Amino acid sequence: MSKHRLVDALLFAALASLPLWASGYVQDLATKVMILALFALSLQLLVGVTGLVSLGHAAFLGIGAYVTVLFSPANEAGNLLALMLASCVAAGAYALLVGVLSLRTQGVYFIMVTLAFAQMAYFVFHDTQLGGGSDGIYLNVRPALQMPGVMLDLENKLTLYGGVLIVLLTAYLGLGVLLRSRFGAALQGIRVNEQRMRAAGFNTFSYKLAAFVLAGALAGLAGFLLASKDAVVNPELLAWHESGAVLLMLILGGLHSLRGALVGATAFTLLKELLSSEALLGSVAAHWQLTLGLSVIACVVFMPRGIMGLSKT
Amino acid sequence: MMDLPTFLVQCLNAVQYGLLLFLLASGLTMIFGIMGVINLAHGSFYMIGAYLAFVLTPLLGGSYVLTLFVGTLLAMALGYVLEWLFVSFLYERDHLQQVLMTWALILVFEDLRSTWVGNDVHGVPTPDWLAGSVQLGSLMSYPVYRLFASGVCIVLATLLYWTVNRTRLGMMVRAGASNRDMVRGLGLNIDLLYRWVFAVGVALAALAGMIAAPMSSVYPGMGSSVLIICFVVVVIGGIGSITGALLSSMLVGIVDTFGKVFFAQYSGVGVYLLMALVLIFRPQGLVAARR
Repeated sequence: MSKHRLVDALLFAALASLPLWASGYVQDLATKVMILALFALSLQLLVGVTGLVSLGHAAFLGIGAYVTVLFSPANEAGNLLALMLASCVAAGAYALLVGVLSLRTQGVYFIMVTLAFAQMAYFVFHDTQLGGGSDGIYLNVRPALQMPGVMLDLENKLTLYGGVLIVLLTAYLGLGVLLRSRFGAALQGIRVNEQRMRAAGFNTFSYKLAAFVLAGALAGLAGFLLASKDAVVNPELLAWHESGAVLLMLILGGLHSLRGALVGATAFTLLKELLSSEALLGSVAAHWQLTLGLSVIACVVFMPRGIMGLSKT
Repeated sequence: MMDLPTFLVQCLNAVQYGLLLFLLASGLTMIFGIMGVINLAHGSFYMIGAYLAFVLTPLLGGSYVLTLFVGTLLAMALGYVLEWLFVSFLYERDHLQQVLMTWALILVFEDLRSTWVGNDVHGVPTPDWLAGSVQLGSLMSYPVYRLFASGVCIVLATLLYWTVNRTRLGMMVRAGASNRDMVRGLGLNIDLLYRWVFAVGVALAALAGMIAAPMSSVYPGMGSSVLIICFVVVVIGGIGSITGALLSSMLVGIVDTFGKVFFAQYSGVGVYLLMALVLIFRPQGLVAARR
């Protein structure tokens, strides 16, 4: 455990100092990876911790991103804290609705019901003019926070990078504390044997619902960061491809730790970026689907417990 | 509202779409329900089928029946080899590993398709002897090919239902679904049986693609567009149930077709709304699989 903590600290130091030594491209890529890592972390609370496999998690990311853009004033910077809170609340509220209805089902049926609700949200943004239809909408000015003595403007890439890093670190450590609490222990108990948890007097439904809402709100937070980074949102953010991709990140990284989510999101994003980079691989880059596919097959064959599983065997 | 002939044509469309979905979903529900494999690559097999029709038709001198026949055999061989190489060692593992594996296969197929056939949209000609249309009343007509497609689907559906529910082979397959180890203990080669189930599932999906090819164009994204709707059909029907798959593919066909007619703007939502409603009131799907 302490060895892991040391690695964590070294990685954090590397990430914190990254803007000093890396190019703008690398910093941009690192920002993207960290946002996706936060998104993966939020899903890990459901999949890896509670044992609830959701295939509709992108809906919460997308709602968070859309809320950020839709609630921003047209020609000036929106209030960073207010927008962040609004994204979390909106995504959490939708998660509450979906959770109440979908947590009645189990296993594959749960996967499909969450997918259904995510697709409905997708079609709301895709088929109506609420958020610019299928083209999506642009965020004209990125959010900022202006208070006496404090000035944070996400238009500044360094501020954005630092903000994302702090949010990710807080979420990672916060979830770590949560897992060691009574609540976290109950969630893990539900994953292992829900019947027994119920017999022990736990109202498992409310525990699962609380986890679902928390995961949704965290995904909304990732959506807020993503919208602030890209300054554009479109319905594809909510599509099942996105939900599938984040699930793949978890499986690739390993399901039984929060670290697995971070490792998986990083490995998946970097692998895709690397294999489709023409500068590095020349003409092979055009075949990134083939190379990525084969790499993932190799991962399945040689790493049955994900990348994190390697350190245990 | 609509007049009677239009309504009739829409009904035929709904049934035809539903039957095509059934061909796809029956393969998926068998692989999913009987073997317990979540096969994301099922849409790719549909895509492969359509491309097989495109590539084989000129090679085989334009004979449609021969194309269907050779294409189905090739697809079955592909399924057999795939199960052996990529799936057979995953049964003992977590379901999510299969998700990852079959997702990787999608990428590989897409890349090979783009390398060998390219990314253009193609068309497959309707065979001459099925080219005309049938008059419905004085104003409307319906293409013969669509009727033929429905006919083929009905024949296959009957055959499949009969095989799974009434024959000794079907009995072994169903037994394998409920207890793999017990069936092996009774001296059946369950691994070989699963390999054939997978091969047949792949062949059904490819056949659906070949039948659909003359009606819709053959294009790169066609696999992923049907994948999710197939899972929806399987889950509404009840996983592993052929009867359920038939029922729910009809239901989805009707909801989708008439949704497009009456609520064109929100037609995409209809099917998912249907699934959510069904699962909230019947969490096991319409028909629980016979075990």
